[in-house]
Amino acid sequence: MNFDFSDDQKFLRDEARKFLEAQCTSAHVRAVLDDDAMSHNDEVWQKIVEMGWLGAAIPEEFGGLGLGMLELCVIAEELGRVLAPVPFGSSAFFFAEAIKLAGSDEQKAEWLPKVADGSIVGCLATTEGPGALSASSVQTSAKDGKLSGTKLPVTDGDVATHAAVLAKEGSGTGLYIVALDGDGVSRKSLKTIEPTRSHAEIKFDGASATRLGHDTGNGMTVLDNVMNRGAVLLAFEQLGGASRCLEMATEYAKERHAFGRPIGGNQAIKHKLADIYVKNEVARSNAYYGAWALSTDAAELPEAAAAARVAASEAFWFASKENIQTHGGMGFTWEVDCHLYYRRAKLLAVQAGSPAVWKEKLVSALETKNAA
Amino acid sequence: MDFTDSTEEAAFRAEANAFLSQHLEPKKAAAIRSGRRDDYLQRAKDWQKVKAENQFAQITWPKEIGGRGGSSMQQVIWNQEEGKFDAPTGPFAIGLGMCVPTVIAFGSDEHKQRYVQKALFGEEIWCQLFSEPAAGSDVAGLKTKAVKDGDDWVINGQKVWTSGAHYSDYGIVLVRTDPDVPKHKGLTMFIVDMKQEGVDVRPIHQASGGSEFNEVYFTDVRIPDSDRLGEPGMGWKVALVTLMNERLAVGGSPGPDWAEIMDYARGSGSMSDAAFRAKLADWYVAAQGYKLTKFRTQTALSKGETPGPENSIGKVITANHLQDICNSAIEMQDHYGIISDKDHAPADAIFQESFMWAPGLRIAGGTDEILKNIIAERVLGLPQDVRVDKDKPFSAF
Repeated sequence: MNFDFSDDQKFLRDEARKFLEAQCTSAHVRAVLDDDAMSHNDEVWQKIVEMGWLGAAIPEEFGGLGLGMLELCVIAEELGRVLAPVPFGSSAFFFAEAIKLAGSDEQKAEWLPKVADGSIVGCLATTEGPGALSASSVQTSAKDGKLSGTKLPVTDGDVATHAAVLAKEGSGTGLYIVALDGDGVSRKSLKTIEPTRSHAEIKFDGASATRLGHDTGNGMTVLDNVMNRGAVLLAFEQLGGASRCLEMATEYAKERHAFGRPIGGNQAIKHKLADIYVKNEVARSNAYYGAWALSTDAAELPEAAAAARVAASEAFWFASKENIQTHGGMGFTWEVDCHLYYRRAKLLAVQAGSPAVWKEKLVSALETKNAA
Repeated sequence: MDFTDSTEEAAFRAEANAFLSQHLEPKKAAAIRSGRRDDYLQRAKDWQKVKAENQFAQITWPKEIGGRGGSSMQQVIWNQEEGKFDAPTGPFAIGLGMCVPTVIAFGSDEHKQRYVQKALFGEEIWCQLFSEPAAGSDVAGLKTKAVKDGDDWVINGQKVWTSGAHYSDYGIVLVRTDPDVPKHKGLTMFIVDMKQEGVDVRPIHQASGGSEFNEVYFTDVRIPDSDRLGEPGMGWKVALVTLMNERLAVGGSPGPDWAEIMDYARGSGSMSDAAFRAKLADWYVAAQGYKLTKFRTQTALSKGETPGPENSIGKVITANHLQDICNSAIEMQDHYGIISDKDHAPADAIFQESFMWAPGLRIAGGTDEILKNIIAERVLGLPQDVRVDKDKPFSAF
């Protein structure tokens, strides 16, 4: 039994935390928050690129560090703690994983080294309207290497150079890579509840598109597998945010005095924070299991990823809203960081499928498993 | 990351499993509390004897006192393996888990020689007498008193929620020996012979209908001073040693879980209900969260490290979780769900029985509220609750 990260991975975590606490402060996040023209914090982004983290789980033959998925999980949690205002997840969790999973050798050789060294930034363009994503709801279509349709919102769609786009092809769907600076692509920024990560509406009008090397019409199945992998990584990012919320609320509850004593001495606050702790630990244990399944390509990945995602979405949501509540009126001011976590919690909870979607995936996986 | 045993762990697990297979039947799915056969107590004593004879009774105890001299990790492996079998362990859990370790820690050499082996080999059963009608969560507020009379102490008062008192031979009892000092400082611990004059054990008729717990009345019960554990007035410190293991002992798997309600739902057509499916996902996540958190603890033990505080989430999750699942299972059965007669009720009435047991589980071994206080104070470092009686003589209240 070794259900924990290795000493090397813990060392990476400690180093990443030190680095990010110094290089990605609240001021760096707020620079993006307060400036509508900023899609991300490029100063922070360039430093992260230099660290090589984007290539943590990209094999060395494709220009990465070739560490592994567990190392990427560790980095994801640390990025989540500091609300890193950069397109890391879009590029490393979804775009790169899609290419790793479904790209041909030529496609991997073309794009993965560029993701790893930051010379391209990827994103995932799937959503077109309200409601859960399904193959039948996709209107964007591709034919003969040309793609047309509108995707919104595309997380990090402003800063990305390339997108993995879900499109109809024939009676099925396909996953296409589109260069966003090419002809037939126009984009505009969207106002969202989470301004520290940019979001775009992207219109494709006969844009040149390269289909990933999966079977024709099979895009949705490939996307499901990409989502399972991204879900575990997102779960760690969410876990980082949830952990930070508990720390913030605990620190404040010890300092803030009311009725002659710290508010953290009252059971209404103590039990609230204990509830956050319990949800965070449930999320952590489920995330670890997802990490194990991800790193070993286990058959249990579908239920492990779904459970990690459901637990982490609940934990971050609960921690972020009760962190505001614990801070009282101060927690509802622009100047205090609580709302940044509340915003990010909701983005991460819905960005790759809402909790309801993942609960359904989880139960379906359990049914499949029990039927076998 | 991996879930495999080390070579030594695998060898011990195989040895334990082989031993268990030789002596016991595998446990049926969703073992339930009721329906214990009349000979349960005798079977438990027999099984305890067999375990002790083969050094499986207390894995971590030193060999000199009948243990195996093994590691905490080996104890975890033993518990996991024994849990797969229909092992009658109930009557010895409190005695060997809590009372006898207290005797070992604070008793004289005579005590150890007299009591430890007999408990280990299943010849004598122990109970723990702490809680009182007016002292539950605040157990240091207990009122049962002991007054020195020559070489004896004379005990009067009442204990409550004493598991297994009706079949116990000995107990450890926490009493007040000095009411004129603050409550934690006036307590003393004794060994008490449960079969002696003046000890009156009365079963509690629980809300669940069963009677696993008792009230115990002490009327002029004499205990020799030589059966005192620790100095007079040091009883609270002795009790903390006893209680250290309680929450781990109580936090086990208590009844039907997501797999059982999913089985029922598949048979009854409820899997098509979207609201049920969402709840099923939540139950799976919680159950996995609890199970996997124990794996994290186990990992620390396996590496010889001290486990982190994450283990404290156990009973807060499991008790509410059980209650929620049973409530939903009954509502899924609609009006029919009230039937607890096993001839009619689905799944041998496990949901109805655990529904009635669940409220007790949320209280036993630390209420939800006390456990949350402990997480808040000891894990998160928040201030203690206001304790107005902390520094004043007990008799002032």
